[in-house]
Amino acid sequence: MPASVIEVENLGKQYLISHRSSIGGTTLREELTESVKDWGRRLLSPRAQRSRSSLEAFWALKDVSFRVEQGEVVGIIGRNGAGKSTLLKILSRITEPTTGRIVLRGRLSSLLEVGTGFHPELTGRENIFLNGAILGMTRAEIRRRFDEIVSFAEIDRFLDTPVKRYSSGMYVRLAFAVAAHLQPDILVIDEVLAVGDAAFQKKCLARMDDVARHGKTVLMISHNMLSIESLCKRVIWLQAGQIREAGPASVVVGQYLQTASSALSERTWPDPAIAPGNDEVRLHKARVRPAGDAADNTVSVSRAFVMEFEFWNLRPNACLYVNLQLYSPHGLLIFESAPVHATQWLGRPFPVGLFRFTCHVPANLLNNGVHSATFVLVRDENVILHREVDILVFDIEDSNEYRGGWLGPWDGAVRPILGWDTELVEPRIERTRTDAPGGDSTA
Amino acid sequence: MPVSQPPELVIDARNGSTRYLSGLWRDLWQYRELFYFLAWRDVLVRYKQTVIGIAWALLKPVLTMAVLIVVFSRLANLPSGELPYPILVLAALLPWQFFSSAMTECSSSLVDDAHLVSKIYFPRMIIPASSVIVSLMDWAISGVILLALLCWYGVLPGWQIIFLPLFALLTFALSLGVGLWLAALTVKYRDVRQVVPFIAQLGLYVSPVGFSSNVVPEQWRLLYSLNPMVGIIDGFRWAISGGLSPLRVSDLALATVVLSVTLWSGARYFRRIERRFADII
Repeated sequence: MPASVIEVENLGKQYLISHRSSIGGTTLREELTESVKDWGRRLLSPRAQRSRSSLEAFWALKDVSFRVEQGEVVGIIGRNGAGKSTLLKILSRITEPTTGRIVLRGRLSSLLEVGTGFHPELTGRENIFLNGAILGMTRAEIRRRFDEIVSFAEIDRFLDTPVKRYSSGMYVRLAFAVAAHLQPDILVIDEVLAVGDAAFQKKCLARMDDVARHGKTVLMISHNMLSIESLCKRVIWLQAGQIREAGPASVVVGQYLQTASSALSERTWPDPAIAPGNDEVRLHKARVRPAGDAADNTVSVSRAFVMEFEFWNLRPNACLYVNLQLYSPHGLLIFESAPVHATQWLGRPFPVGLFRFTCHVPANLLNNGVHSATFVLVRDENVILHREVDILVFDIEDSNEYRGGWLGPWDGAVRPILGWDTELVEPRIERTRTDAPGGDSTA
Repeated sequence: MPVSQPPELVIDARNGSTRYLSGLWRDLWQYRELFYFLAWRDVLVRYKQTVIGIAWALLKPVLTMAVLIVVFSRLANLPSGELPYPILVLAALLPWQFFSSAMTECSSSLVDDAHLVSKIYFPRMIIPASSVIVSLMDWAISGVILLALLCWYGVLPGWQIIFLPLFALLTFALSLGVGLWLAALTVKYRDVRQVVPFIAQLGLYVSPVGFSSNVVPEQWRLLYSLNPMVGIIDGFRWAISGGLSPLRVSDLALATVVLSVTLWSGARYFRRIERRFADII
């Protein structure tokens, strides 16, 4: 029995929130006071509690231990901020752990983003070499696999065009093609499958399966439970920086999906200095509620509901656009929506202030289950200012109406009420004669 | 290449080694391909984006030289010794512009490549080091003007020219040393970025670029030579003029000491805080 490929023991990562919160970077004074405070706190209570709201240290990961064996494909799931990305960053040596120890046996390549280091001015050919080198391939390796990469990406004709002229689909295909031809012993992937069109995604999944079948070890994060279940045998569920559950994929994913996530159906970030966002926009509120004046706050299949998003615009006269993506319980994108029909603000400059966008979702559109929404703020039609994954996670309850006599689970991404006609076309059944073969060719 | 025993890597939180420089060469060697590609990218992008491209590398020193000649030679009437004033200025301007642009590029390089730093692991020193290569290219191109000027005035280099690569190496080391300090500080404190152009501008007048270092009074000379560019610039003038312009060995020795300390401490500081770059960038 060979030793495990990945051994993680008591891993912990502590962040100082103040580093990320202050507008305009850190100053020396801030730095000094914070480190003195932190030092004092550690002296007084070695196990400082995790806190997100104040300018304090918090543990993105704490006491995480697990092992991965040779050839395993392990999925990591969890809500936003559960520590998934931090774990992968520590494994790929981008950031150092605060506590604990990791032993890696084999060459590890990490893919935390598709197309890292792509330069828009360089051609496809040049970017293949650059990106390959960034991902850890040698020049000889890239040259050897160059033709494979090009044909996988399907960009032969545009090889010598700067990638800034590529469509986003071509860009992603090229980026994934380079990454897919890495030959590491351990592959660490973060959410990269959430890109590209369906056909290309299928190709990528097949490629991943192929990698795993050749004895490589894969560790992947995804919000897409369908791909996690189909690719991974074992799943680790992280919650608030700790392992909540680990075990066979179908069992853990099932438990994860069942957990009610009502905590994320209404969210408020009171302080515009540290709310999610940047110097241009910051989120204030997000909530989901039934349309109209409902007595209770539950959202159900047969009830219309609204999603509200409030944010501060901090930059005068910014041309802002928003975009909403709603995901099914299995992480399938059900729809993307933007207020393109509301012409009052569309394409107009936004003054500084607090804005609210409300999205109205009709009744009898979505199926029951825990849905999640991603909210994107865009400037000038193409600059993504902020993207909040899982801004809302909420349960749509089954209202148990219009089910006929069926009481079991109702499948499908959506659950519309469609028009049906039922007619009796012929009251009798006439048997046609089939004893003359090729009967219609009678002259 | 199937390896029988896979490489084992231990990431340990308590492994807080204080010997920052010992693993540097091994790291850099291991990632030499990435260094090559990043330098190659910077050079490609530099000459692709600008309309006048290479012409700019020629135009910049010529215009600056013209201004310096007018100010220091015509207006201030400073002596140039046995060298024609344009050669005196240009021989100093080329290393100075290399230093100033390399330092500027270096200091912002990490922040410019923040997406790489936060997504991929590699020895972070590769980024500032490869950014210096672009300035090196500019330097080589603008060397053509000096060559033309030497021919025009009929100044013949002597045996001293063989020391030219040595002075180039010293300039490179100094730029990297200062650049590493500034790059690491810029990641931590963004306001450092505003200081860099100021250093570059002030340095042009503090260093003997527009005048001969002989105009500095003897009692201030030692203090003045603490600026390593003094020894370097005098070295360049000496090497290309066949010894027409004097070089004090004491200046050169002092410059070497100062720049060695700068490079050593810069590399050490950089290595010390590079593990935290991804968290704070």
